[in-house]
Amino acid sequence: MTQLILYNVFNGLIIGAFYALMALGLSLILNLSGVINFAHGGFLAVGGYLAFTLEPYIGFWGGLLLSPFLTAAIGLIIERLLIRRLYGRDPLYSLLLTFGLAFMFEDGTRFIWGPATLPFTVPDWLSSPLSGQFFFLTGYRLFMVLLVTATVIALFVILSRTRVGMRIRAGTLDLETVSVLGVNVRILRNINFGLGIYLAGLAGVLAAGMLGLQPTIGSDLIMPSFVAIIIGGLGSLPGTLLGGLLIGVASGVTSVFFPSASEAVIYVMMGLVLLVRPRGLLGEEGRF
Amino acid sequence: MVRLDKPAEESAQSEAPALPVPGFRIDKRAADAIVWLLLLTMPFWLNWIGGYTQLGTRVVILALAAMSLNFLLGYTGVLSFGHAAYFGLGGYGVGLTLKYLVPNTLVGMGVGIVAAIVAAAIIGALIVRLRGIYFAMVTIAFGQVFYFIAYRWNNVTGGDDGLSGWHRLPINLGFTQIDILHNKLAFYYVVLFCFAVSVGIMALLLRSPFGRTLLAIRENERRARFLGIPVDRHIWLSWLISCTFCSLAGTLYALLNNFSDPHDLHWEQSGNFVIMAVLGGMRSFWGPLIGAGIFIVLEDYISSRTENWESFIGLFFVLVVLFFPRGVLGVIRRRTTQ
Repeated sequence: MTQLILYNVFNGLIIGAFYALMALGLSLILNLSGVINFAHGGFLAVGGYLAFTLEPYIGFWGGLLLSPFLTAAIGLIIERLLIRRLYGRDPLYSLLLTFGLAFMFEDGTRFIWGPATLPFTVPDWLSSPLSGQFFFLTGYRLFMVLLVTATVIALFVILSRTRVGMRIRAGTLDLETVSVLGVNVRILRNINFGLGIYLAGLAGVLAAGMLGLQPTIGSDLIMPSFVAIIIGGLGSLPGTLLGGLLIGVASGVTSVFFPSASEAVIYVMMGLVLLVRPRGLLGEEGRF
Repeated sequence: MVRLDKPAEESAQSEAPALPVPGFRIDKRAADAIVWLLLLTMPFWLNWIGGYTQLGTRVVILALAAMSLNFLLGYTGVLSFGHAAYFGLGGYGVGLTLKYLVPNTLVGMGVGIVAAIVAAAIIGALIVRLRGIYFAMVTIAFGQVFYFIAYRWNNVTGGDDGLSGWHRLPINLGFTQIDILHNKLAFYYVVLFCFAVSVGIMALLLRSPFGRTLLAIRENERRARFLGIPVDRHIWLSWLISCTFCSLAGTLYALLNNFSDPHDLHWEQSGNFVIMAVLGGMRSFWGPLIGAGIFIVLEDYISSRTENWESFIGLFFVLVVLFFPRGVLGVIRRRTTQ
């Protein structure tokens, strides 16, 4: 029993790390540009599928390295051509646009790579269990946790130490002032969008290694990411991280005792958070 | 959330001040008459131009859903992206009642609507203080709860396959019976009757002091608050009214298909309602009806032509947002007023 619970807690943490990675990207875009990127799941799927396609040529590590950058490049182009036109308009329009994009991504991946689940092979030494007693602790899962942790740390370092990062953070607080101070806001938003999509692409490659690839992989993961952002508090990246991990563990633990409620439980949590603390756990008062 | 960028001149929000009354600029009464005439005679001319009665019924039902969403979206200025939940709750309410409880269509509809009202009242109380993009996100997320319940509660709801094994039953009015099961035309007119009553109530509400207050909140929430209007309560009521009529549409939709579909609860369906409202024109009373008509005919046509219809629908969303954000009636109104 202890092992079962431990297994599910650990599993939940991994899933939560996914949600967090995806939700952090969503949050970045939402905070600076006020756009709810429905197509985020689509970008995640693209990241996974690109890695799958590239794997025969450049291997797992090459795919892991390159695919998120390619995904981010696609994101930059889409931001430049489509999403940029909608900044400052009613959020309704960017929501509808990315909603349409999500349809196109899902159907597009189905068209190119087929509806069947594709296996994304990870190196052998990564996929074997670390010890007999903790059979669930494969090297790949451990590796994922480490990589996600490293990525999140890197993200926070970028945001707090580099010039671009500081501008992004300043922009989320007061974009107008940042603009007046001579920062090119268009480019800033473009970079920020690319950064968010990079995280989605990375999450996609990692998810592909664990779950296999399906066209619906993105739309399955996007809703929990929304919940993670709401629970953590809109506008707060640490909150988003916390929210992602929390709902991951919560649904992992629930799946031990009451498996059919493992999806619904995160929405119950969201309801409770909204009831007690409408701005979310780490959200600032009055920002949204 | 208002930031620099282009001035709001282009956004639909700013075109509003001079049109407090729902409806058309040209001649409102004539337009209303034309709409009702077209709806009343639809089964006859629809077959003639290549449609079929059920397609017309679908248009009317989804138009009701889109118009009820627009009560909130266009007239209260609150962006809900989760209306499919209440639409689907209505559908499952009627399906479950007819299958397990009472073989009576009207009772089933009542159960569906009450279930949706209860859910909307509770969720509405949780989210009513949120605004704008935050509100939209929370409605999206909450919408999924019911989807997962329907999806997971296999032995009752039929899970992913949906709830089948039931069908609509003739409506017994005591003095007469309406056979909506076999007579497609009768069912169309029952649907149209529900549509007319709902739309009539919404139009009356919008003309009442309550409706004017909603418009005031849409135009300037802060000022409305300073005037002593209980803004949160008004938005909650507007949300509740909107969800109620949306669930009525949901019950009719399930009756039309003799099937409760988990997809009706999914956020994709919520997106469809919003695009119908935008496509027809959010600032016009009849806009969502026109949007629903265009959207459904297009979907029907594309999905019969290609397997990749989802891509085309997605592309359609993108094109509408980029090139047609005012919607059909918004553009017409602009032309006629200039």
